[in-house]
Amino acid sequence: MAASFGVSSAAAANAVKSPALSPPSLPVIRSEARPISCRVNKSRKAGKITTKAVAAQAENPASAASKPGHEVLLFEALREGLEEEMERDPRVCIFGEDVGHYGGSYKVSKGLADKYGDLRVLDTPIAENSFTGMAVGAAMTGLRPVVEGMNMGFLLLAFNQISDNCGMLHYTSGGQFTIPTVIRGPGGVGRQLGAEHSQRLESYFQSIPGIQMVACSTPYNAKGLMKAAIRSENPVVLFEHVLLYNLKERIPDEEYVVSLEEAEMVRPGEHVTILTYSRMRYHVMQAAKTLVNKGYDPEVIDIRSLKPFDLYTIGNSIKKTHKVLIVEECMRTGGIGASLTAAINENFNDYLDAPIVCLSSQDVPTPYAGTLEEWTVVQPGQIVTAVEQLCR
Amino acid sequence: MAMALTRRNLHLLCPIFSARLLTTASTSPITIETSLPFTAHNIDPPSRSVQTSPQELLSFFRDMALMRRMEIAADSLYKAKLIRGFCHLYDGQEAVAIGMEAAITRKDCIITAYRDHCLFLGRGGTLLEAFAELMGRKDGCSKGKGGSMHFYKKDGGFYGGHGIVGAQIPLGCGLAFAQKYSKDDNVSFMMYGDGAANQGQLFEALNMAALWDLPAILVCENNHYGMGTAEWRAAKSPAYFKRGDYVPGLKVDGMDALAVKQACKFAKEHALKNGPIILEMDTYRYHGHSMSDPGSTYRTRDEISGIRQERDPVERVRKLILAHDIATEKEMKDNEKEVRKEVDEAIAKAKEIPSPDPSELFTNVYVKGLGVEAFGADRKELRAVLP
Repeated sequence: MAASFGVSSAAAANAVKSPALSPPSLPVIRSEARPISCRVNKSRKAGKITTKAVAAQAENPASAASKPGHEVLLFEALREGLEEEMERDPRVCIFGEDVGHYGGSYKVSKGLADKYGDLRVLDTPIAENSFTGMAVGAAMTGLRPVVEGMNMGFLLLAFNQISDNCGMLHYTSGGQFTIPTVIRGPGGVGRQLGAEHSQRLESYFQSIPGIQMVACSTPYNAKGLMKAAIRSENPVVLFEHVLLYNLKERIPDEEYVVSLEEAEMVRPGEHVTILTYSRMRYHVMQAAKTLVNKGYDPEVIDIRSLKPFDLYTIGNSIKKTHKVLIVEECMRTGGIGASLTAAINENFNDYLDAPIVCLSSQDVPTPYAGTLEEWTVVQPGQIVTAVEQLCR
Repeated sequence: MAMALTRRNLHLLCPIFSARLLTTASTSPITIETSLPFTAHNIDPPSRSVQTSPQELLSFFRDMALMRRMEIAADSLYKAKLIRGFCHLYDGQEAVAIGMEAAITRKDCIITAYRDHCLFLGRGGTLLEAFAELMGRKDGCSKGKGGSMHFYKKDGGFYGGHGIVGAQIPLGCGLAFAQKYSKDDNVSFMMYGDGAANQGQLFEALNMAALWDLPAILVCENNHYGMGTAEWRAAKSPAYFKRGDYVPGLKVDGMDALAVKQACKFAKEHALKNGPIILEMDTYRYHGHSMSDPGSTYRTRDEISGIRQERDPVERVRKLILAHDIATEKEMKDNEKEVRKEVDEAIAKAKEIPSPDPSELFTNVYVKGLGVEAFGADRKELRAVLP
């Protein structure tokens, strides 16, 4: 186990035992099939890693015997992750509106209040600024709160607490306090919720120093990211999407954690690198089907980690394909795509054969009308056109 | 109780003359009446008679004189451009810090805004750490990366040190929540000013603290001016202790260290049993809001000198000590001289400490996680290099 990261029942058993986090014994799935050297506790570990995240399940000898894992919907996967972490560490608690008795507006915390009590699964009044601040204060003393924004857009009210206190306290106190909070909630466009309930806060939060941002897209990475975020000593913002909560997938029975800083290789290819995250992954995969029929071979990477970017995976992909298309749901101006474009240009300029193309949502408030809302975000047809133009 | 006092304050003491005076001073109780009665809202006020001892009074004097000296020295350092940025001084308000410390333990939490130098000292911070942090040197309490508004002391139960007005109140609510969660019979004091008392997050935090019976004590240090705006120009109802409505409140003479001690002791007992309580400390700051504010454009010099003559906290304790024959005038003057020397020595030592190493720019942004190296957004620290 020592030399390889990957799911094994021994590792899972080890991890479950100790609430004190010790990196070497934690099973971490990496999605790249490349040997990486990871400085873990001052000893260089060369990890032999499994291939794609999806394939990792098949490689697992323990579960290869029968039909591996169990089927869950994405919100159930999130709940499983939450529940496992609350079981493992009594310091984990949940703050949010209607998370307790109501079970969560998207059922992510259903049943948890009955199991763990009203103090651990705390129903807060509608006071985002204050309960986010409360979570930060509790985290300063050692608790590990998970804050739910009923809709990510509401967390704009808590921006001061997230940026100044959550993100910066570790630095301004000279390392005395760590803020191991997780801030999570659904965002994104869909369901015709209107402008104020279709916010994408990735672009607003990305400059805050000290926080990590991740976006989940499948039940598998949702559970893994939730667990990793709770175990991380840094404040993590976990972006979920309103339209993805009912996705179904088979996930492993064993305990697993996914790396917070790593991107996921969804479909390896040769012609073009398509970088995406959250719901746009599915639009990209839909476009990929069309593209494959037309003879193209796109490489699709779900970047997952929005801050910091996994430039290792991204860079290796660019080295291979020399063309980049970014497909995101953020606004064009100052979005994740804009930062990613800058990062790639700065770091991998020599490998690029063509300028980076970035497809983002339009810089408009999200309209209510269904047809208009559709055109706010990137559609698969636009992705196909962009790839064709890029690969000419 | 007396021994605990000595141990707690020993770090503040110069281990020669006055230490002997303090340890030899008697611990026999004296009862002193507070200068003013307490005004209460929705609760029965505590008695005006405070139990204290000669040793406690001497330590009050010593600690307050130290704080006063530190703030005045910070004033000179700021004018000499050794302290930059914002510097908010606490002189005039020392009684609040001292009285509070006398009533609680280090396990209780204190969180405040940016006027935090003296509270840091009270919680066990050293003069050297304070001055080094103010001057941005590497041995400051926050490694020089926080500055005047970001003093913290985790092992002393001091949670800062916050620049944004009012933002510390929900944080304090979180501290109280954690104390209730771990059931450890401690309380949290969240301090704010009359300016911050108009922030919405205060009322949100009050609501939550009262809803869940959190051991939270909200302390409004009412120095009557929110930077340049007098309290009657900013608040429809400047009776801040009454603003809690369903939360009981107490108005205290914040220039009387013994009254503050009594109120804090009372508040701690209340909070552990019944949930939040508001304490309004009627106090005053001699300096302006910060070093960039002269402090005289919105108030008269007569007002400032009037308060200094009639209500100064250090003078009040000095008069008490002399009235009860606990020490002589000469001993008190020597005490002050020692304090001055201690502060000067700390400044001299702090001036020698170097600035933080440039690599410190990137430390403590993140706590290093699961051992995976982070690339990208913090790429100045680690640039992606492909094999």
